[in-house]
Formats: sequence, C-alpha cells, structure tokens
Amino acid sequence: MTIEASKRANVGHIGSCLSVADLVAALYAGVLRGEPGDPDRDRFVLSKGHAALALYGALNGLGRISDGELAEFCSEGAELSTHPEHTVAAVDFSTGSLGQGLSIGAGAALAARLQHSSRRVFVLVSDAECNEGALWEAIMFAAHHKLANLVAIVDANGQQALGKTRDVIDLEPLGRRFEAFGWDVHDVDGHDAAALVGTLNGFDTANGAPHVVVARTTFGKGVSYMEGELAWHYLPLSDAEYQRAVAELA
Amino acid sequence: MRRQFVDALVDLAADDERVLLLTGDLGFNALEPFSERYPERFVNVGVAEQNMLGLAVGLAEAGFVPFCYSIATFASMRPYEFIRNGAVLHELPVRIVGMGGGLDYGHNGVTHYAVEDLALMRAQPDLTVLAPADGDQTRAAVAATAHLDRPAYVRLEREGTGVRGLDGRFSLGRAELVGNGSDVAIVAIGSVAHEAVEAAERLAADGIEATVAVVSSFNPSPADDVADLLARVPAAVTVEAHYVDGGLGSFVAEIVAERGLDCRVVRCGVTGMPRGRSGSRAHLLGLYGLTAEQLATTAVDALAIVG
Repeated sequence: MTIEASKRANVGHIGSCLSVADLVAALYAGVLRGEPGDPDRDRFVLSKGHAALALYGALNGLGRISDGELAEFCSEGAELSTHPEHTVAAVDFSTGSLGQGLSIGAGAALAARLQHSSRRVFVLVSDAECNEGALWEAIMFAAHHKLANLVAIVDANGQQALGKTRDVIDLEPLGRRFEAFGWDVHDVDGHDAAALVGTLNGFDTANGAPHVVVARTTFGKGVSYMEGELAWHYLPLSDAEYQRAVAELA
Repeated sequence: MRRQFVDALVDLAADDERVLLLTGDLGFNALEPFSERYPERFVNVGVAEQNMLGLAVGLAEAGFVPFCYSIATFASMRPYEFIRNGAVLHELPVRIVGMGGGLDYGHNGVTHYAVEDLALMRAQPDLTVLAPADGDQTRAAVAATAHLDRPAYVRLEREGTGVRGLDGRFSLGRAELVGNGSDVAIVAIGSVAHEAVEAAERLAADGIEATVAVVSSFNPSPADDVADLLARVPAAVTVEAHYVDGGLGSFVAEIVAERGLDCRVVRCGVTGMPRGRSGSRAHLLGLYGLTAEQLATTAVDALAIVG
C-alpha cells in the first residue's frame, strides 16, 4: 500500500514508512482498543508523522479510511498528506513536527488517570526524533508521574535524514538511557508482529513506570534496494523501481 | 492583575471541573489559592514549557481545560510551535497564561521582557488573545471566556490598579472606550492604558479632547470598534509595552490602511531590542516615551503634523 500510494503521489519518505509498517499494522490489528469517537478508546500518536502512509494503510485495512480517500493521497486539496491530521476522523492527533508527540501522549495518559479510565496511550517516535530536547522533557515527566498507561515505541531503524544515527547523534545505548530516566524498557524485533502484540498487551498499565519498546527495525524493510539506504528517505519511485518493489513485497 | 486572575480562576474551577492549572515551576506566592484548594487539579510540570503545552493538548482532547502558567516570555516563545501545532491546530480549549507582559520584569533584564508576545500570538488566527488593562478587567476577561471552546493566550501584568473610566468593562472582540473626544484618539493595550487615560486628562486640561480606546483582545478582532473611532479623528496615538511592530501599533495601522481612513497613526512602544536596559517599570516606560506626560506631548505633536 505504501509503495502504491507513494508511486501514485510521486512522494518520498518510503523508507521511514516501511520501517514501521509492520509495527503500525500490529498496533491496529492486535493492540489498540475502541472505535474512533469513543472517549475511552486507546489513543495513538504517530509522533514520527512522516510515516503517515503506514498509518493510512492500517486504517484502510480496518475500513476507517476508504479506498477512495486513500486514492486521493497527496492530490490537490487532499485531506491525506504525507503527515497525518486529526481532521481525518480516525486520526487522534495531528503530527509532523518531531519531538511533540510524546508530550501529547503524556497529557492524554494523565487525563486518563484523572478520569479513572483504563484506556492506554501509545506513541510511536523515531530514533532520530530522540535528538529533540523536548522529548526528554516528556520522558522525565512521564517517569516522575508514573504514567504506567503510557507506552512509547521507538522505531530504531538507525537512519536519519542526513545519515546513520550513530554518525549524526549517537543514541546508544538507547534502552539504558530510557532506563536511567525511570522507564520500563523492552527490546523487540519491530517486524515480528506476534512479539510486538504480546509485549504491548502484556504491560501493567495500572501501576508503575511508563513503558518503552525499542523496536529494532530495518529502514526500507522488504525492498532489497531500499533497506538501510538513506536516499529512500527522500526519493519517489521510478516505474522500474516500483515494479521491482511490488514484486519483492508480493 | 495576577491576584485577580488567580481569584477568578479559583471561582472558575469551582463551577467547572474541567479546569486544571499547570505551571512551569513559577508562581510562588501567587498560585497557592488554587493549588491549596485543588491540589489534584494542579500540576507543576517543572521547568519545561514545551512539554507543558504538549501535555495540555492531550489533556484538552480528553475534555479538560488546562491553564498553562509561566512568565510571558517562556509561556509564549519557548513553546510557540507546540502552541501552533497543538492547541491551535487541534482547536482545543487550552489557556496559555503569560505573567509579566511588556517591561514588567524591569530589573530582570531583557530575557524577561515580553515585547513580542502579542505579535506572535495574534498571528495565530484561531488563538484568542486577552491582554487586560487592570485587575477588574482581568476578572471580567476570565469570566467572559470561561466557555470559549478554542485556545486563548492571557497576557497578565503586575500592575493591577484600576484604569479610570474603564470600570472593569470587557467584551471579547470589542474595544472599550474611555471619554468621547474628537480631537485625537489614543489606542492602548495592557496596563499602560493607565498612562493613556492620564495623558487624555492632561490633554483635556489643555483644551484637547481625546478618546481612549482600550483594546484587550484579538481574535476575534476589535477592528470595527477601532475603525469607528479612527474615522472621526485626524490622528491616533497607539500605546503598548511591546514592540511597535506586530502588536497594537501594527494592528491599528492595518485598520487605517485597509479601510482607507484619513487618520495619521503615531505608534508608541518599544523600538529596538532593549538590551542592557533594566530598571523599574516607570523608568522603562520613560525610556520608550510611554509616560502620561510623554504620550500627551506625542499627541500634540501628531495633531501639529496633520494640521
């Protein structure tokens, strides 16, 4: 779906979408509870908003975004752009500027506690997003207030806009950093749906520390010539590349 | 002004259980009436204004009305993009409360002068801006916007002394008039409305009849009220503890230009970054031509220009 829509709209961010496509699909298929509009539904914040296509794909799979709406992706006047907006009924929060989503999620988690609701809040951040200082404000706040109903998932694909994360701003040891800030840390293969669902549903979300899953992922997952290749943060697909990608993913 | 704000907030919280108060670790000797009465609805988020404004989005989406308190510079500028992509984009009833608008923190130096907050905030079309002129108007403004279903920025100042003739009047999107002279208009925002009214009194003593328009809100715009006044005077002096660009002075100039009014505008306010300039409020007002005496002189000079 990501490949098709990117090709049709002639836009990039394909690698970033493919690294979380399995993750977002797993969240919607087996983790997030409640329908859009239900105040007690679990909330989801795609803090790495540039992976919107992965979100649209999952929502399309659930019928919350129609095929027709998806076909309009990035067309003139389209509601679906390369970053998600809450004006789409199935999208909880608008995102696109990195480093803001975890604060929103922490607020949503605090709200749930104040309202004595058992709903949970899931926030998907990118690893490079952890360069943003404000993210660590939210990390400290959530730990201090023991927001056990808050789950952060870090898409650890090791890739950022101008290079490898280890070469730009080294984030490792990422899990231990979260641990030092008071979070409950789990390392999971970000392409193993069963492991993801099991881990995410297994948390004590009533008491204790907030949870973070460091999801080890492959940038451009599933398309051999994209995997780990920076250019696919930007490039749209040529006809030949599109055919090859579709063949590999089939 | 802050005391009346906190009193009004305590009253509001009694009627509306959605009201929460967040602070970026500021408000000693000020916020206690709220925090002691509603400890479970009060959160000190620490020195982290960006996170505070992000939290507010998650809270407001779930039905709360979070008030986010800090010094005006830190409440407005540090988290500006969080405000824009958060409460404004999502159209949520978040309240951003900036204490010490203008030159209030005079001895703290330039990092504490909020002289561009109105420009930044009024640039967001879906963000209501409240800048009361005194304590009574602060109370009225909080009450008038209690059920506003969109975000608001509240610019508070230390000075709470009543502006003569204003009598605590406040209507959202309106300008409140003091006096009804046709010789010159003085358009003021914030506590310097006090100086503006005193300037009008000085002018009256010299036979010049002024009307003072106190602007206390943007978005919705009080442009119609201001235009009605400017259409019947040859000159207007704008008065603000803020840069003359982007705030009230620009607002008035926009009205005159867009409506083709025959009114000369003279803008009084802060010009140039006030680096290395600290002092009392009175000292700083004098530095920028904002004392009553200076404003009266400026009005006389403006009338001389237009003949």
